[in-house]
Amino acid sequence: MSYLSTLTPASAEIFLLVMACVILIVDLFVVNQQKTPTYLLVQFTLMGLAFITLMTHQQGAVHLFHNMFVSDLMSDVLKMVSYLTVSIILVYSRSYLLTRGLFTGEFMVLTLFTLLGMMVMISASHFISMYMGLEVMSLSLYALVALQRDSATATEAAMKYFILGALASGLLLYGMSMLYGATGTLDVAGVSTAIKHGVANPALLVFGLVFVVAGLAFKLGAVPFHMWVPDVYQGAPTPMVMLIGSAPKFAAFAFLMRMLVDGLQPLMGHWSNMLIILAVLSMALGNISAIAQTNIKRMLAYSSIAHIGFFLLGILSGGIDGYSSAMFYIMVYVLMSLGAFGMITLLSHEGYEADTLDAFKGLNQRSPWLAFIMLLLMFSMAGVPPTAGFYAKFSVLESIVNTGHIELAVFAVLLSLVGAYYYLRIVKLMYFDAPESHEPIRIQPDTGLLISLNGLSVLALGMLPSWLMSVCAVSVQQSLLLR
Amino acid sequence: MAMNVETLMFYLLSAMAVLAALQVITSRNPVHAALFLVLTFFSMAGVWLLLEAEFLALALILVYVGAVMVLFLFVVMMLDINLERLRVGFWKWFPFAAVLAVVLLVEMVMVLGSAKTAGTGMTGGTGAHVITHAANYSNTKELGRLIYTEYVYAFELAAVLLLVAIIAAIALTHRHRAGTKSQVHAAQIQVKRNDRVRLVSVTSVAKAETAKK
Repeated sequence: MSYLSTLTPASAEIFLLVMACVILIVDLFVVNQQKTPTYLLVQFTLMGLAFITLMTHQQGAVHLFHNMFVSDLMSDVLKMVSYLTVSIILVYSRSYLLTRGLFTGEFMVLTLFTLLGMMVMISASHFISMYMGLEVMSLSLYALVALQRDSATATEAAMKYFILGALASGLLLYGMSMLYGATGTLDVAGVSTAIKHGVANPALLVFGLVFVVAGLAFKLGAVPFHMWVPDVYQGAPTPMVMLIGSAPKFAAFAFLMRMLVDGLQPLMGHWSNMLIILAVLSMALGNISAIAQTNIKRMLAYSSIAHIGFFLLGILSGGIDGYSSAMFYIMVYVLMSLGAFGMITLLSHEGYEADTLDAFKGLNQRSPWLAFIMLLLMFSMAGVPPTAGFYAKFSVLESIVNTGHIELAVFAVLLSLVGAYYYLRIVKLMYFDAPESHEPIRIQPDTGLLISLNGLSVLALGMLPSWLMSVCAVSVQQSLLLR
Repeated sequence: MAMNVETLMFYLLSAMAVLAALQVITSRNPVHAALFLVLTFFSMAGVWLLLEAEFLALALILVYVGAVMVLFLFVVMMLDINLERLRVGFWKWFPFAAVLAVVLLVEMVMVLGSAKTAGTGMTGGTGAHVITHAANYSNTKELGRLIYTEYVYAFELAAVLLLVAIIAAIALTHRHRAGTKSQVHAAQIQVKRNDRVRLVSVTSVAKAETAKK
């Protein structure tokens, strides 16, 4: 067997890297101001990636590059949803960015590199590849946020994101170096066996674990490492926020699964306690601070903090039920937040940002269908049945109750009730308030279709959640190192 | 005896590195801070030499001291940094930060101190030991072998990271701003005579006047 044919499991990553470089060059020759050829090429690349991932899927886990890369069902599923998410983001953001002169080749290439970083993270089974993937993703995201150079708020958001992101990377690296010092290996499986055989120094392990969890919490935006989230969400251009708040969460889920669940499973007693603190604080601060916001992007930022808290509950409850409910939760959350940010880009037009709550006043009179879609999304975020958000919250709560943390479940439900206030306030504004402007909403046919599908899929997933739930359960089960 | 000299060198270089690093963050003058960073790099390069990582030590000095820090110093000297404005609010938050730092330090000392008392130090637990190499051992060769075999994936990813950095830097800095003056070569080449030279027919009044005289 030749060396090249052994690389088959990584062919999606290789294809993406080659295509990103090709698009970078092709874009130079595109004179079209709308950048249509580049855009179509990017969408074609995403479709090609999905095709390759489907074709190269193999049973069981395949390791490559001296255990740095792993391809299993979980990584393939997460990659597929990442492609879909990035594709949806590009459709939503196209007309928004075109009117602001930001729909450039660099935007699309950097988006593809973000995706590449996420794919590397999703398939990483070695601390070095995890870190490299994280850096490729983060660096592209910093640049994307800063792309709107003329906007002072975007520049400020980029600086905050960059500095705190660099700090988080430093914490993560320091923690990883401590784990290396304790176990003598950077390989996830090796770390886990070293701990199990008792050769690692327990005090040093926990010391490293603290920094790793802190670094991850920074990246996830969990309280008390959440400071950057509201400012970045509010300041950055909406499509970039959509990108930051969606697909990287899949990569972070894979990161948590491989790092904490696979590598540091014997320390679960320690890290689940840390995650309890993060989850409780995130749900409390996220839900309560969101009430006071008048900017919808900032409100969604606090909402994302609260959702991350809920997601961490699923992780810390452990077991296949817990992990698969967390995976389901994060998928549903990404779907909802894509819809919500997509709605903001739809309502914005040249010279106007629909990022205040007032922009949603009387939406029902201006466009009943869009108001209905937003209603579905908000109901789902609040966790109202029969939407997907209800089932996602329900499955996390079920797994946390099964582990005996009833007080955590009660706390989570109470804070979800608090959260329901600010989601339902938007519904109230849309249906019971008078609109501030009667300007007709102009929508491109593709974005209109997509937002309808997005809203309806939230409803459909809420009615028929079992297939996605079983996909999550099987993929988590197959990828766990320690059963 | 040789071992003792090495240990002594290690402690000397490490102490120098730590002190210089402290000076980097405490010195008031940014140029001094940058120079202390150079000293930190030099001491760390010395430590790496002791670890028989000659190539990395030289690369650190050549790349970081020779290129990066010189550029950095250049930028620091070009910029007019207002230190007073940067320090606004420093003392307001100092007590809070100091308490946090002390708590963190005490925790770290407690954890690492207990590790020592437990009898399993940093490397003792894993059974790792210092490998002594033959005189003809080439660190550069070994590094090259590892990078292109075991760590080829990480090496390629590092290349991707640099590519992203280039794209980001160009996307963020190279753009057309109103009011800046620059040469447009294409326009210069394609210029026609009619764009620059205007033929004006002037009536020869002067000639007529001289003829009269």
